[in-house]
Amino acid sequence: MNNNKTDGGTDSGALLDVKDLRIEFPTRRGILTAIDGVSLRLNSGEILGVVGESGAGKSLTGTAITGLLERPGRIAGGEIHFNGQRIDNLPAEAMRKLRGKQIGSIFQDPLTSLNPLYSVGRQLIETIRTHTDLTPRQARARAIEMLTQVGIPAPEQRIDQYPHQFSGGMRQRVVIALALCVNPKLVIADEPTTALDVSVQAQIIELLKQLCREHGSAVMLVTHDMGVIAETCDRVAVMYAGRLVEVGPVQEVVKQARHPYTRGLMGSIPKLGDEVEHLVQIDGAMPRLSHIPKGCAFNPRCPYATARCREEKPEFAQAGQGEVACWLWDGVNPATDPDTLFAEVSQAQRAKKQMNAVRPAPKTSVQNCGQEV
Amino acid sequence: MLSFLIRRLGQSMLVMLAVALLAFSMFRFVGDPVTNMLSQDASVEEREQLRDSLGLSEPLYVQFSTFVVQAAQGDFGISYRNQRPVSELIAERMPATLELVAVAFIISLLVGVPMGVYSALKSHSWLSHVFQTLSLVGISLPTFVTGILLILTFSVTLNWLPSFGRGEVVNIGWWSTGLLTASGLKSLILPGIMLGLFQVTLIMRLVRAEMMEVLRTDYIRFARARGLSNRAVNFGHALKNTLMPVITIIGLQLGAMIAFAIITETVFQWPGMGFLFIQAVSFVDIPVMSAYLLLVSLIFVVINIIVDMLYFLLDPRLCADRGTANSH
Ligand SMILES: Nc1ncnc2c1ncn2[C@@H]1O[C@H](COP(=O)(O)OP(=O)(O)OP(=O)(O)O)[C@@H](O)[C@H]1O
Ligand code: SF4
Ligand SMILES: [Mg+2]
Repeated sequence: MNNNKTDGGTDSGALLDVKDLRIEFPTRRGILTAIDGVSLRLNSGEILGVVGESGAGKSLTGTAITGLLERPGRIAGGEIHFNGQRIDNLPAEAMRKLRGKQIGSIFQDPLTSLNPLYSVGRQLIETIRTHTDLTPRQARARAIEMLTQVGIPAPEQRIDQYPHQFSGGMRQRVVIALALCVNPKLVIADEPTTALDVSVQAQIIELLKQLCREHGSAVMLVTHDMGVIAETCDRVAVMYAGRLVEVGPVQEVVKQARHPYTRGLMGSIPKLGDEVEHLVQIDGAMPRLSHIPKGCAFNPRCPYATARCREEKPEFAQAGQGEVACWLWDGVNPATDPDTLFAEVSQAQRAKKQMNAVRPAPKTSVQNCGQEV
Repeated sequence: MLSFLIRRLGQSMLVMLAVALLAFSMFRFVGDPVTNMLSQDASVEEREQLRDSLGLSEPLYVQFSTFVVQAAQGDFGISYRNQRPVSELIAERMPATLELVAVAFIISLLVGVPMGVYSALKSHSWLSHVFQTLSLVGISLPTFVTGILLILTFSVTLNWLPSFGRGEVVNIGWWSTGLLTASGLKSLILPGIMLGLFQVTLIMRLVRAEMMEVLRTDYIRFARARGLSNRAVNFGHALKNTLMPVITIIGLQLGAMIAFAIITETVFQWPGMGFLFIQAVSFVDIPVMSAYLLLVSLIFVVINIIVDMLYFLLDPRLCADRGTANSH
């Protein structure tokens, strides 16, 4: 695992560099901002996990990178650089040539990702021939080789079968073969196992990881499974309400999250001394796009929210080896241990609460996150 | 596939038997054929004689089975009005109707499918909006009105095209065709448009709706994500999936067109089966009416079977063992 890569700094060498991306949907009742200032970097061969609740904007970010955003959605700001080239404003035809060849995609549902009327081989061969000069015969050989690589038994026979003749797990293997058949530098895998049977999920992730390593492809892996993140990814990006809230090496983000939302996502706040503090669940739901709160989008659900959080949007700040957008980390030494910081904040809050016990708490804050056991 | 085919054939036989029963009962309930065939002052003996010679004194089920057996051999009896075998009359008129329907069908496909595909792919362009509006007009205008408007414009006012009849026809065996002469072709244009117009709008709307649905599917998005050209995605992947469900409707519409041809043939005095049927109705010429009913039903049933078989050819999901074949 690559824990020594740091974020920020220059953009030299990054395979994918998304800068301040903003995606809008114009609607009758005004413009909805679905992605608001997301910046991401991905190095060659690296696996970046993207997590966040449903509707956080994970898929939309991936869609924007592949240039497949559908109307009326549009990229309203920011830039996307790939392999040193700006791609968010490429002409459609140039972008098409990049898709599949340089940037492969894997979708969530293998049952619906394949055209039911064409054999698996035909779909592989047409993809290979679109991006290479191989003859039909060579392309077929390559297709069979890909099917072998993704672990489909008897590929010479199965290549002429139709998608409905494959099981869900096998179809996702075919989808992976399709995504990797011309060695893309980047693969965007949007919840590649969510639709699959639990028993095959691990195999598919393992296969994806292994093949991408062999092909030297970087992966942007969208998933809800923290176990997969912990085992597979080099770095993790956490999204909330269309914004990036934290990004950093997997160890730090999973074990020592710095953003209150990430801590909630990871399920628990680790022990501190004798006290174990639990954030059993994050109360409330993610806001709708039309009702994203002012300031920090997370503030109505955040146990640590202050007046400032309700007014000002937090900036990204270096923290540990990652970055975090939270006012708690404003002006704090980046090397501070997050557990220590959260313990201090909780203690201060409790002290304040006791002092103000007579006064009713303000309505907007959501409390009861830190319960003493 | 074979068992499916046999089952479908069996069902079709049942349908045809039911229709035959209907056609047969027309003889019973719409007046007495003997009265219809003989003059008012025929004697009782003459009546009985005719009754016997027509087999009308036999029990009903015997009559029905005779009717079915004869109909299956193409014998529908003698027309009351023309005093000629009905099968002869129909054989004379069938080419006119089939050519008209074929022309209208081809027009509706050649115009309707591309219009539907275009308005699905470019759903926001102004031309698509024009198509949508036109199709609304086409669907809501009664066909005889469009027919009359066509005649008014192109025959009466501009005097470009004939307003009735088939023009000159050439006989090839028993088949008389209007496709080989200039006047025959010219005569086909207006009725062909009239009969096809409704189908054009229907097919266009159907293809558009179906294709827009298909374009939203994951496998189309995935095909784009694989970097396939627009052409390959739209015409290779999307169109084929679009046409699958459309084929059924188009097939059924072909049957409907043969039935609807009655109106067009009446407006253009087209010497086809529909015109024959209308004339038969006004003379209560039951043998002709029942033969027409049976024939149109048979055509429907046959088209249905063909459509089902097309599905087998086009959709690999219906043919489980097909994928194991080495190539295709
Ligand atoms: N066509 C659209 N019109 C309006 N809003 C849209 C459209 N497509 C997506 N959105 C909104 O953009 C936001 C982000 O959606 P996205 O699909 O990226 O979420 P996600 O993080 O992938 O969620 P999930 O985990 O459910 O896949 C959502 O709030 C969604 O409602
Ligand atoms: S900025 Fe404020 S509201 Fe937002 S996560 Fe940090 S403490 Fe909570
Ligand atoms: Mg998603």
